[in-house]
Amino acid sequence: MAEIKNNSQKNTPVGMIVEQLYLFFDNKVPRYLVMSAMTAFLIYLPLSSSRFTQEIMANLFFYVVVCLGLNIIVGFAGLLHLGYAAFFAVGAYTTGILSSVYGVNFWLTLPFSIIAAVIAGLAIGAPTLRLRGDYLAIVTLGFGEIIRLTVRNLEITGGAIGLIGIQRPVLFGVVLNQITHFYYLFFILAIIAIFVSYRLHDSRLGRAWEYIREDEDAASAMGINVVSTRLYAFIIGSAFGALAGSLYAAKMTAISPESFMFIHSVMILLAVVLGGMGKIPGVILGAVIVTLIPELSRDIGQFRLIIFAVLLLILMLYRPQGIWPERQGISTKL
Amino acid sequence: MTSWEIFLQQLFNGLLVGSFYGLVAIGYSMVYGIIKLLNFAHADIYMCGAFSGLIILGFLNPYVGNEWLGIIIALLLSMVLVGLLGVVIQRVAYRPMLKAPRLSILITALAVSMILYNTVLLMTQGQYKPFTTGLTHESFYIGALRMTETRMVLLLAALVLMFLLHMFITRTMYGKAMRAIALDRDTCQLMGVNVYMIIAITFFVGSALAAAAGIMAGVYYGTVHFFMGFLIGLKAFTAAVIGGIGIIPGAMLGGLLLGLLEAFGTQIPFIGSSWRDVFTFVFLILFLIFKPNGLLGRIESERM
Repeated sequence: MAEIKNNSQKNTPVGMIVEQLYLFFDNKVPRYLVMSAMTAFLIYLPLSSSRFTQEIMANLFFYVVVCLGLNIIVGFAGLLHLGYAAFFAVGAYTTGILSSVYGVNFWLTLPFSIIAAVIAGLAIGAPTLRLRGDYLAIVTLGFGEIIRLTVRNLEITGGAIGLIGIQRPVLFGVVLNQITHFYYLFFILAIIAIFVSYRLHDSRLGRAWEYIREDEDAASAMGINVVSTRLYAFIIGSAFGALAGSLYAAKMTAISPESFMFIHSVMILLAVVLGGMGKIPGVILGAVIVTLIPELSRDIGQFRLIIFAVLLLILMLYRPQGIWPERQGISTKL
Repeated sequence: MTSWEIFLQQLFNGLLVGSFYGLVAIGYSMVYGIIKLLNFAHADIYMCGAFSGLIILGFLNPYVGNEWLGIIIALLLSMVLVGLLGVVIQRVAYRPMLKAPRLSILITALAVSMILYNTVLLMTQGQYKPFTTGLTHESFYIGALRMTETRMVLLLAALVLMFLLHMFITRTMYGKAMRAIALDRDTCQLMGVNVYMIIAITFFVGSALAAAAGIMAGVYYGTVHFFMGFLIGLKAFTAAVIGGIGIIPGAMLGGLLLGLLEAFGTQIPFIGSSWRDVFTFVFLILFLIFKPNGLLGRIESERM
């Protein structure tokens, strides 16, 4: 993936500065310095900001989690997933049904939501991952629509109206019902997601994903089981999505089929591709761009999506590796 | 109605809807066969076809007395226009990406799809537009089968288009070149085939057929809207998979079969029409599990 136009940006002055910045952040010391400064700032932020800012930031953290989840599938394993919102819906509805219909404690619903996502991931992934990658794209696209239709048709999911009255989670005797609570909850979740992503990326499994992504046949010849390795990526990514969906349900307390439209899958994918598939800081940057730009440019309304789409097209044509791409060989360099 | 009448009626409905699926599926299959790209924008091209047909028909209606004549002119004009749109998309978005990683070109296709879809959404404000044709919907009976003239003509037109395409693929030089490129692009280039031109022609033909299907669906259902391509795109893809993707007669067969399956599937009391789309999709998954090469497909070995 990287041999394409990887050098094209280096020749311009801006490109050189950007290159230097990337190099700078690939070193450990400045990276940790910047990361601790940002963490400190983000912990302090709710103390001095409006509810509106906190809402946007909580939303941003949430997007970071979802994008990192999709990044495992699209970025690490190189599989195009177009129905991520559906897995998100699986998690949200599992929590929603268990919590509002059966009165189960919120935290106890999380394992069930992960199990549901794993089952859905297996049902979709196992038959299609044996085939060419394009099949997965269209099947996940279809799955997104099917989940939406199913939750709309079933009675237990509340039909087109959706579910209301999902319980707020309780943590250490405190009912989480303030935006500040969710700000910290999603913040912690985002940090966990970043940590897990890094650990996965540097693990044996992560290297296997990278190998398959770069050269499927060679990886297979080296004894990597391509299908099961891809299936792992698909299932882990789905579980991430479901977990985020559960928390989303707890934050909103009401969910409806329209919360999980195709367009959400596309926006999440856009964030991953925009930032740089496979590169964790890149994906976070992508999530920031996709959540903050619409907030800053509410006036243009529906033009937004066209602009995003044109941006995506131009990006693919001229910088297919994303804004902050994964540097080749960095993970193998000891 | 007796069960025999229901059977006949559903058979006809299935064939008609299935022929729309087939026409769209052909475009997927042709493009997939020649450049191994799943063209996400194809469903939106179908939708653009329906809208361009509607616009042209709006211009024509005052001048052309005969309704069918107007529709046919609109159909042909839209096929050419949308075919050209397909060629432009191919030139701008896909051709520079032919040597890029597969994931990149798929995302490009998605971006094109979003651009087309959102442009029409903005232009129509997301409303359903009536597809006024001035045709009467008088029904008559052939035996037990209730029919309208419109539906007869539509089915006939779809079959004629499929036949013409089949002739084009099997009897002309361009068709031969297309099949050759599908087998081995590099060798074709060495043999002096103008590969890029053939790819452009493939996009033209595929898009034109999708446009025709769009207009026919407009005439059949009476309304068009920006979202009409999404589901039919999925179904046409399913049809292409059923027949064996990359194989053009397979796409036609798959489309007709899927149409029939849906028509009869909704008659099963347990499934009902609100589950129709879920039914199709389950079918796609089953096919991918048990017969991923499709009904007419061969087992393909990857060359390195």
